[in-house]
Amino acid sequence: MQAESPAVHFLLGRFTLESLPIHEPILVVTFLVVALLGLALVGAITWYRLWGYLWREWFTSVDHKRIGVMYLVLGIVMLLRGFSDAIMMRLQQAIAFGGSEGYLPSHHYDQVFTAHGVIMIFFVAMPLITGLMNFVVPLQIGARDVAFPFLNNFSFWMTTAGAVIVMMSLFVGEFAKTGWLAYPPLSGIQYSPDVGVDYYIWALQVAGIGTTLSGINLVATILKMRAPGMTMMRMPVFTWTALCSNILIVATFPVLTATLALLALDRYLGMNFFTSGLGGNPMMYVNLIWIWGHPEVYILVLPAFGVYSEVAATFSGKRLFGYTSMVYATVVITILSYLVWLHHFFTMGSGASVNSFFGIATMIISIPTGAKIFNWLFTMYRGRIRFEEPMMWTIAFMLTFAIGGMTGVMLAIPPADFVLHNSLFLVAHFHNVIIGGVVFGMFAGISYWFPKAFGFRLDPFWGKVSFWFWVVGFYVAFMPLYLLGLMGVTRRLRVFDDPSLQIWFVIAGCGAFLILLGILAFLVQIYVSIRDRERLADVTGDPWNGRTLEWSTSSPPPAYNFAFTPVVHDNDAWWDMKRHGYSRPLAGFNPIVVPRNTGAGVILAALCTILAVALIWYVWWLAALSFVAAIAFAIFHTFDYNRLGTVAAEEITGTESERTRLLAGTAAP
Amino acid sequence: MSTHAHDDRGGAHGGHDHGNGEATPKSYLTGFILAALLTAIPFWLVMAGTIDNPAITALIITALAAVQIVVHMVFFLHMNARSEGGWTVMALAFTVIFVVIALAGSLWVMYHLDANMMLAPHEMSQTP
Repeated sequence: MQAESPAVHFLLGRFTLESLPIHEPILVVTFLVVALLGLALVGAITWYRLWGYLWREWFTSVDHKRIGVMYLVLGIVMLLRGFSDAIMMRLQQAIAFGGSEGYLPSHHYDQVFTAHGVIMIFFVAMPLITGLMNFVVPLQIGARDVAFPFLNNFSFWMTTAGAVIVMMSLFVGEFAKTGWLAYPPLSGIQYSPDVGVDYYIWALQVAGIGTTLSGINLVATILKMRAPGMTMMRMPVFTWTALCSNILIVATFPVLTATLALLALDRYLGMNFFTSGLGGNPMMYVNLIWIWGHPEVYILVLPAFGVYSEVAATFSGKRLFGYTSMVYATVVITILSYLVWLHHFFTMGSGASVNSFFGIATMIISIPTGAKIFNWLFTMYRGRIRFEEPMMWTIAFMLTFAIGGMTGVMLAIPPADFVLHNSLFLVAHFHNVIIGGVVFGMFAGISYWFPKAFGFRLDPFWGKVSFWFWVVGFYVAFMPLYLLGLMGVTRRLRVFDDPSLQIWFVIAGCGAFLILLGILAFLVQIYVSIRDRERLADVTGDPWNGRTLEWSTSSPPPAYNFAFTPVVHDNDAWWDMKRHGYSRPLAGFNPIVVPRNTGAGVILAALCTILAVALIWYVWWLAALSFVAAIAFAIFHTFDYNRLGTVAAEEITGTESERTRLLAGTAAP
Repeated sequence: MSTHAHDDRGGAHGGHDHGNGEATPKSYLTGFILAALLTAIPFWLVMAGTIDNPAITALIITALAAVQIVVHMVFFLHMNARSEGGWTVMALAFTVIFVVIALAGSLWVMYHLDANMMLAPHEMSQTP
């Protein structure tokens, strides 16, 4: 550390040229590759003159469908980053035996496993489910947009800003070396004096604002904007699960924000909430973070359950079995998920009474979840099942999730948890439920609703290739971890002494490689589908013979979703309309008021990113400046009264006649 | 044949029925005075050391904080049983349940952890 002048220190805070990881060959090569690909992308967009189009039609869009698609793109891009971390860990663990140190130094390895967890939960799983909910929910309830369209755009950009901050840490400074929940005292200033934990805190705080606001938005949308006739007990199950998931977001994300704020106060202002001395208690952090953390996994998995419910009913050609029990099971899971957080730290020293209470509460969750599995099975029973891609993911989910659920009940038994806590058995369990539950659900949802979003299906061949690589890869990658965990191997280890364990890590590494092929096949699938979009086109808007309202409009739906708000008479509203010989209205359209696009969300999120980076690097002048700028800009934006535009009746007539023409074209040949 | 009627509510922004209760300057002023009083009393209790027993002082401050929350909800958030067609009350009940679970659970859990794990200094010196 060379001596530096006070002026430089004032300007740049604790940033020095040594913060750039130029002495780490792996990072330098990664940076070069990322920079080259980034330049290629920027160059291509410039060459095809797409910046204006992207800015006007996508980045500033307040249309829930476009925002939903952008969330999904964010999730898929971050999946590539999170998965690179995963395969690096698998490679390290497969070779670090017999005195070998592997290829990752410890400070790098610790950042990799922290970044993997943080990215996969916050910037892959969350954007994917938020994206699906954003796209599908308003269409399913017959609404024209979400309740607060601008807020929706702003939420998306705050989530993206969080992802940008995490990605920055790869090349400027470092990321946290603490594990994905950053337990103190390790994450305190004494043991983590570097910028890593600060990157962690501010990335999550910025993204957390986006998630909380989008939760409020979707709750308001579902409660207040359903089509006439759609009572609560006529809502599609995906909308129900979205409602419960967003209620959990609204209830628990403030807990995360407050907990991280307290940790930030400890680190920045020398307070002692979570220190070991001076009245602080690090165990309080663990308690608080899991009050958020446990509901978080249900926030992720409930919408996936919703996807499976829609898919099972559609591809079995039957009404969903046990709709009412499905709804109540969802609500019960929602409430119970808030009563079980202590099972993440049975071993921290609570007494028998506390551990028994939380253990039993955890086991009870398996009852409504089991009821759901039976409902899906009974939906399939005697159905005319079509084994299209979404249905394949659903069946793979039911088989895989049942295993993950059972190991979960094992871990819920406190004495068993004392043996399995922090072992690879736990790692295998939560990957089993998150990949087998959430990721499979997102792939089912993406392949199910893709034709609705773009007007053509995803290529089924490459979908099946991706499916088989993913499912087989998952089992090969994680079943060995169950065994290793039972043998007592703990998580987050970088090197191993016992050579007899190596074979299992090599097998797990092969599994990760198979999953890599699955991800690549998915990317090829998207490429092939765009290339062959004529062949895969669907002009009916209802390619799967669907049951819910989103299939009643065109694919992609017009900006206003529905020319006339539909009236609902049945749970499966669109199925009911088709059965009663519904005919599309062809004339008599009225102008529709829609919100105008605005760049305010992008600008506000950019200011928040600057604020976060300034706080991470202790650049106080920039922090103050960007904070004031963000507040001032937010106030300025509230004076923008010109936010609503109108789609003229003639334009609607034009759009709807075009659809009539296309529909007639399919009927004729 | 079409058995389904259509309903056009003219855009995504139907129904502006904010049941805003009585958002008058008078209610804001009442709320402000009450809130200021409820803040001043705890300060006075602590600064002047009026009550000798700190436990009783803490209890009174907590009680005043709870009243403060109600004042904010009634005078600043204009909540009553009728606003927004009952949704406000529902949301309040939901919030109370979640807050009670989090607080009661944390107190229970932390009491156990504190009693079992955070050895007091004199006990620590006795441990081998």
